Amino acid sequence: MSINTAPAIDDARLSKFEESVQRGDAVEPRDWMPEAYRRHLIRQISQHAHSEVIGMQPEGNWITRAPSIRAKQILLAKIQDEGGHGLYLYSAAETLGISREEMIEQLQTGKAKYSNIFNYPTLTWADIGAIGWLVDGAAIVNQVSLQRTSYGPYSRAMVRICKEESFHQRQGYEIMATMMKGTPEQREMAQDAMNRWWWPSLMMFGPHDSDSPHSSDAFRWKIKRHSNDELRTKFIDKTVQQAEVIGLTIPDPELKWNEATGHYDHGEINWEEFYRVIQGNGQCNKQRIAHHKKAHNDGAWVRAAAEAYKVKQAVKNN
Amino acid sequence: MATDTQLDLWEVFIQSRNGSHHMHAGSVHASDRKMALQNARDIYTRRGEGSSIWVVPANSIVASNPDDADMFFDPADDKVYRHPTFYVMPEGAKQI
Repeated sequence: MSINTAPAIDDARLSKFEESVQRGDAVEPRDWMPEAYRRHLIRQISQHAHSEVIGMQPEGNWITRAPSIRAKQILLAKIQDEGGHGLYLYSAAETLGISREEMIEQLQTGKAKYSNIFNYPTLTWADIGAIGWLVDGAAIVNQVSLQRTSYGPYSRAMVRICKEESFHQRQGYEIMATMMKGTPEQREMAQDAMNRWWWPSLMMFGPHDSDSPHSSDAFRWKIKRHSNDELRTKFIDKTVQQAEVIGLTIPDPELKWNEATGHYDHGEINWEEFYRVIQGNGQCNKQRIAHHKKAHNDGAWVRAAAEAYKVKQAVKNN
Repeated sequence: MATDTQLDLWEVFIQSRNGSHHMHAGSVHASDRKMALQNARDIYTRRGEGSSIWVVPANSIVASNPDDADMFFDPADDKVYRHPTFYVMPEGAKQI
């Protein structure tokens, strides 16, 4: 490694790298980059990919029980999109030198995390509405910001994903709006989903800026363009009005408009719950990983058969 | 299970409609060319984004090295006469 033998060369490369990032140039896979930049991106992109893939499970829970054929077709298309998003992101991470096998192993052994939100169960059909509207809504706020991230392949994946996510959010909001126009029981069900998903959705943006462990490098290298709290506020500001329009109550008695800042103030987030779920003690952590392993192992023979077919074709064509 | 595999890496190029260029869209994993095409279709053209797809084994692509970019592209740097704005046109000449 040149780190020990030629520190001067590395310093020069680092300043050149940082100047280029400051100018707003994108970093491409074969460009020189600091190891810490590479590690940060591998962690962030792979965990983003895992979130898309694990996120298929809570929604998959309702495919067979969707209330109409229209709703079922839409849900299937949405879940297929989430799988696609996972694949765009795995590909982006692979350009940094980590293999798909390693990433899957890190997910299955718990070394890599995925978004906490998917460790909550989907108890009713209204939860599918809440996931599309609130969870995807929160994800979009984050992903729109990431469209301008400094790493080219990640940024390109985000642009593609953002185009597709707006359908997800609108279909979720439509479910909630439909239920709010329904029977008292249906309205109650929608409000119950709102009550359970609101706070975990706010947690998706991560700890407050003052407690965020990975932020300073991420900002300097323009991996991150907006802080956790900025993005969270942006999400709250646009969601409150949408809730009002359909008659849902935001389960936060301290939520109020702040004339001075031009944003909503919100009540304290339960960070104990956040860390408890991250550490593996949410309602569904074990189930999500067990299901991923099962699907992965059940599919092993298909991958083996595909490889065997490839070898056979190669022999035949020679 | 002995050794697991995530299959080979292919790069995907999509032409949005006849007449435009094929553009790099991303990558897929697949064990053969037919699977690569089908996976590329399912992953990158779920909303009518393409009328044609090329898939290329990633290890068949030859790429220039970004570290050599200055030297590699140097021959183009000092030939401003390749641009139309280099030339002085007589006052009053039209449509040129």
